[in-house]
Amino acid sequence: MSGDVVVSVENLWRQYGELVAVHGLNFELRRGEVLGFLGPNGAGKSSSMQMLAGSLAPSAGRIRIGGVDLLDEPDRAKASMGYLPEQPPVYPELSVREYLRFCARLNAVPRSAVAAAIDRALQRCGLDDVADRLIGNLSKGYQQRVGIAQAIIHEPAVVILDEPTVGLDPIQIREIRNLIRELGRDHSVILSTHILPEVQMLCSRVLIIHQGRMVFSDSMLSLNAGMTADRLVVGAERLPDETRLARLDGVKRIEMLGDGRARLRHDGATDFASRIAKTAVEEDWALFELTPERKTLEQVFVELTSGESAPREDAA
Amino acid sequence: MNTLAMSLVIARKELQSLFLSPLAWIVLAVVQFIMAWIFLLQLDAFPEAQSQYAALQRTPPGVGDLIVAPLFSTASIIMLMVVPLLTMRLIAEEKRSGTMALLRAAPVSTAAIVMGKFFAVAVFLLLLCALLVVMPLSLATGTDLDLGRLLASVIGLFLMMMAFASAGLFMSTLTKHAGVAAVATFGLLLLLWLANAAGGADGVMNWLSLLGHYQAMLRGMFATGDVIYYLVLTTAFLAFSVRRLDAERLQR
Repeated sequence: MSGDVVVSVENLWRQYGELVAVHGLNFELRRGEVLGFLGPNGAGKSSSMQMLAGSLAPSAGRIRIGGVDLLDEPDRAKASMGYLPEQPPVYPELSVREYLRFCARLNAVPRSAVAAAIDRALQRCGLDDVADRLIGNLSKGYQQRVGIAQAIIHEPAVVILDEPTVGLDPIQIREIRNLIRELGRDHSVILSTHILPEVQMLCSRVLIIHQGRMVFSDSMLSLNAGMTADRLVVGAERLPDETRLARLDGVKRIEMLGDGRARLRHDGATDFASRIAKTAVEEDWALFELTPERKTLEQVFVELTSGESAPREDAA
Repeated sequence: MNTLAMSLVIARKELQSLFLSPLAWIVLAVVQFIMAWIFLLQLDAFPEAQSQYAALQRTPPGVGDLIVAPLFSTASIIMLMVVPLLTMRLIAEEKRSGTMALLRAAPVSTAAIVMGKFFAVAVFLLLLCALLVVMPLSLATGTDLDLGRLLASVIGLFLMMMAFASAGLFMSTLTKHAGVAAVATFGLLLLLWLANAAGGADGVMNWLSLLGHYQAMLRGMFATGDVIYYLVLTTAFLAFSVRRLDAERLQR
């Protein structure tokens, strides 16, 4: 996961009059990373994405893409970035090939390399069969792919995708996810989404923002490790009562679930489950269930974003 | 890549889109039909009109006064209505369909976007002008045509259309709705057209009028002042468009 930094964002601010939409955002993205960008509606997510994509000027802070400052040298910085907005930015009257030719030229792909770039993008996004059809006649899923093809046509170091699977059917969603996973091999990807399982599937790092502030930033691996449970569900035909369970070593809280099941909150010791199993055998509980409960990304997300103050509804 | 090269990339795509839509073809066809109709009417009335003038004057007016000048005078009014239709979608449509994000995320300056759009319309209007000028030019086969005067009229018409297009482009940056842009452009142009109605024979209002500067050219008088007027108007609205699009990134 180590490597050169492709995107670095330092102390990024964005204000709309009195309202602060983005509050000092800091993060770095390395080569080959897929960064999941999460936040409830109005958290400042789209403002941040727009600033990264160059369509919104920050109030303060720096964005560097491939080491080039986006504000000082926008043209050079944008050349190493591909962006797919929420709505695929396609011209319905053009064919896929014509559209990609325009995008390639727009992104300063040399004239001699355009044809090869188009073929490669078509092939990578599975668009070979529809290359000469009008974009307006394609389904939403294919239009989304055309949007992704546009974002990678100039082989940028970083690809920014804003909610790429919204409005697609389940099969299309799977296809787009596979495509994103593939992109993660050659490009760095920033993926903004509401869909938490998508992040778990695709991303190597997660960043959660809430009310314009970054409240969580960690790699998926350590998130998974951190999510390891301090909770265990025990089910047994002759489950002892609450007072006996409370006397078990390391138990902090007990929640009786009925039908011989109980949820134990414990100190997080790694051998807790095996000790329970041992006790159960010794005392003949007739154990039928022993499930460590992982804290899901969803729980982390909800904990972080629905804290003391309710999410604001203004900020775009 | 530099601004000019990029603006040509955008202009090429814009022309491609324009000719893929029925609008461009309809405009070409309808304008040509109307102009041909007017041309033929003028031509038909010419012998009678000239003989009437001949009774009054020793040197009666020729085709230049009786056919070419009225033709271009009518053309300018038709363009006043047609150009807003051609420019209304330039930026408004990109904003509405979300493709503006594509242009903004690309390594392209705002000036290149605006210039590209403008070039595309300019090429289309040049074509429209060329089709128009063929009609009076055909008279050269049968009579003595004042080519200098014809040239002044065509250049004048083209310069005026550039100013129209640039104003239309600016209006298109202000809204997401093409229809709003078209109506606003039409209103603005009509206001500029009729500016001299308010101010009398001379004064600022008269100088501002789009019409006054054009009438001199129709008479064959190609004055630097008139040319500069149209160029200033065109450049100003292009600059406004760039400013306007830049300001959107800084929105509060």
